[in-house]
Amino acid sequence: MHEVSNATEKEHYIEAIEEMASQKTPEWLATLREDAAKRFAERPLPHRKLEAWRFTNVNPIIRNPFQPIAESGVDQLASSDVHPLLYANDWIELVFVDGWYAPKLSRNAGPGGAAKTAGLHEAIAAEDDLVEAHLGHVLGDGGNVFSDLNTALAHDGALVHIPKNVELDRPIHLVFVSSKTATESVIHPRVLVIADANSEATIIESHVSLAGEPRYFSNPVTEIRLNDGARLTRIKVLDEGPQGYHLSTTQVRQDRDSRFDGFTFSMGGPIGRNELNIVFEGEGAECSLRGLTLTEGSRLVDNAISVEHHAAHCNSWIGYKSVLEDKSHSVFCGRVYVAPGAQLTDSNQLNQNLLLSDKATVNTKPQLEIYADDVKCTHGATVGPPPQELVFYFQTRGMSQAMARGILTYGFADEVVNETPLDPVRDRLDRRVFDKYSPK
Amino acid sequence: MGTTDARPEAGKYTGSRVEQSNREVAELANREYKYGWETSLESDTIERGLNEDIIRFISEKKNEPDWLLAWRLKAYRHWQTMSEPTWANVSYPPIDFQQQRYYSAPKRKQQPLNSLEEVDRELLETFEKLGIPLEEQKRLAGVAVDAVFDSVSVATTHSEILEKRGIIFCSFSEAVLKHPELVQQYLGSVVPYSDNYFAALNSAVFSDGSFCYIPKGVKCPMDLSTYFRINAAETGQFERTLIIAEEGASVNYLEGCTAPMRDENQLHAAIVELIAMDNATINYSTVQNWYAGDEEGKGGIYNFVTKRGICKGVNSRISWTQVETGSAITWKYPGCILQGDNSVGEFYSVALSNKRQQADTGTKMIHMGRNTKSTIISKTISAAHGNNSYRGLVQVMPKAANARNYTQCDSLLIGDKCGAHTFPYVEVRNSSSAVEHEASTSKISEDQLFYCKQRGIGPEDAISMVINGFCKEVFDHLPMEFAVEATNLLSVSLEGSVG
Repeated sequence: MHEVSNATEKEHYIEAIEEMASQKTPEWLATLREDAAKRFAERPLPHRKLEAWRFTNVNPIIRNPFQPIAESGVDQLASSDVHPLLYANDWIELVFVDGWYAPKLSRNAGPGGAAKTAGLHEAIAAEDDLVEAHLGHVLGDGGNVFSDLNTALAHDGALVHIPKNVELDRPIHLVFVSSKTATESVIHPRVLVIADANSEATIIESHVSLAGEPRYFSNPVTEIRLNDGARLTRIKVLDEGPQGYHLSTTQVRQDRDSRFDGFTFSMGGPIGRNELNIVFEGEGAECSLRGLTLTEGSRLVDNAISVEHHAAHCNSWIGYKSVLEDKSHSVFCGRVYVAPGAQLTDSNQLNQNLLLSDKATVNTKPQLEIYADDVKCTHGATVGPPPQELVFYFQTRGMSQAMARGILTYGFADEVVNETPLDPVRDRLDRRVFDKYSPK
Repeated sequence: MGTTDARPEAGKYTGSRVEQSNREVAELANREYKYGWETSLESDTIERGLNEDIIRFISEKKNEPDWLLAWRLKAYRHWQTMSEPTWANVSYPPIDFQQQRYYSAPKRKQQPLNSLEEVDRELLETFEKLGIPLEEQKRLAGVAVDAVFDSVSVATTHSEILEKRGIIFCSFSEAVLKHPELVQQYLGSVVPYSDNYFAALNSAVFSDGSFCYIPKGVKCPMDLSTYFRINAAETGQFERTLIIAEEGASVNYLEGCTAPMRDENQLHAAIVELIAMDNATINYSTVQNWYAGDEEGKGGIYNFVTKRGICKGVNSRISWTQVETGSAITWKYPGCILQGDNSVGEFYSVALSNKRQQADTGTKMIHMGRNTKSTIISKTISAAHGNNSYRGLVQVMPKAANARNYTQCDSLLIGDKCGAHTFPYVEVRNSSSAVEHEASTSKISEDQLFYCKQRGIGPEDAISMVINGFCKEVFDHLPMEFAVEATNLLSVSLEGSVG
């Protein structure tokens, strides 16, 4: 209907894809990239007439010819630069600089422990069968034009494999750092997580910047496969630099009786989009998705969630909150799809938005598409300021209005933080929220 | 239909449920769409197709002033640049707009008509059969009716009583001739011809409809009503309704519609515009019962309607209440533009999709003024192969301080082949406003049925009770006669699909 020619905007990406194709790669990977490149060429770049991107203007990303990155800026970084980003000595922490795995900055990684963690590039070089079997297959035809671009151009990232019946005793932390070298560049980090039957693990994915002011574009894709009875908690912290654009896609496929707990914290970056697609393929699977978005200035954060119930007896909970200041903009789209035959589905969805400024904009669209009858599905959305009555209550107790609003905002946001497992992660987030909303 | 044929319907109540008696079942199976007959009447119908000549013909036929023809042509030219919308959650074969007839009117023996006695006997009988008596002596107490048959208004009752109070209630064509200044001022002011594809089409070819003007300070002494009937085959119906409530005025408006059963689909693309000035109130109720097609989805009306009201003045109020039980495909979003400070918009809806009906319906509430309030209550019921979508927009503009919205959409699923969907859009740009939205989807629980069964209430009655309870919130906003009709409609429409 609405044809948009993106020839010029796609040109530099297509050049990069051609450049990539000239490199020597295993045949399966070349095919995977070729298919993705084809899809990338066919799919239009986002514009306002595309439903999924209606409220999310990504023109600053499309119109800027971000260049592929030649090499990582790892040599310019010392461990002391990265150290504050890490959590604990005994955790498995993998550091990626400008999309490349940096073993010397990482700790406890490698095949030694109960789980296998490795850089994706080295895993492919080592002809790891797991990568060949799963990379690109969890995503399948899903995702969007940018995840296709990632598949076509991703060169490195993380591989995490939790073997059968292993309950991992320590969290895995994947830190994606953008350095000054990434200036005016695009990076395509790729994460592949395979949790075998009845395994259990917690993964934290941080996207942070050490680049300062310069502009860059991060386009990560995470693929997660949960086999029968696997349980995975994934905490994503989006905290890009003031000019760090971020459009991510996460695809999760869940088999029978598996459970996925997702947390998404969106704190930094001028434009941040978290696309999160869950597909229930086996009966009895469940997921709980929590999110907190804190925006100020003219930032835009978009959470696009899709949960597809293809099997019976699956449960899903979605609870996202956002707090908006200044001229910022928050977009939420939660789609729950119940396929014919997916009976006894239980699905809840709630999106709550706290508006602290008249110039901020909220777009929320919780959606239900239901093709089975024996289901219980609800959704809700609220938008509003901190309640006047409560502010007044605080004022009658001698507190300033600013203080009252600060406490109420902190309380609103901290609910999601409090549900986050792992003390070090929760404490760091809590501090962040507290500092942001306590009156100056 | 023999009882053996009807048995499988009853057979749906498996095992433990109460079996209906054969007689009852046979009776139920025969209670189909009761407005499906056709009146054989000589009519003026023009050739198929759409071009500027057809539009000139329609305009000439109605002795329209030049400005209106120019407006129609502008709309037509704009329509040609547009493409049919595809975003709605409905599917149907492409419509060939050149295969439609755009005008059909019952032939009049003499023109013009001076009184009802001159109206064709058969036409009066048609409306009588539909339960809409047009003859003044048999009139429904306290309801003035404008009856629209195919493309033209055939009779308007009670005009004199209304005239005494300065109320204008007449067919659209009459209004164009008698009150051109009002029509010219307000036509297209709420739904511009460029609004959407079907609005542009309607603006180009609209044939008739109702016009209503309530002067300053007048409370309309009786309910006003329009009854739409499609009769001729292969014709589309394109009517327009325009209601203006001046300062302090108030009016209740009811709308009903039916069509014969036919195998081919017919297009109905209407426009309704409401304008409420300071302190004015308009209540607009619709019971839509176009022919919905048969079990296989053959035939039925495509109901693509644009309805919008504007609360122009302070403290004004527009309330939409709709019961959508008919039509093969419904595509309609009655909305309110809340421009005046303290204005109120309301939307109460029950939408039922049975057989292979598809409905994509909801509302738009645009908050522009300060302290504006809106309430949306939407109840959708899907049965058999029906698909029902709620699509709504609540938009709070930056200047709409203290705006308030509450939205509730509930869906009920009956049978495992149907679908229920919700696509709400909420956009807020003002920090002092509060918007709440909640939705739920579920089926009638076994517990509820079991409870009724314990007390000797059969499944059919129990389900009907639950559904009535489910819809009560909306029915409470309908005028009494309509509420009764709506309740009956719902039970007729659901026959055979429950269990």
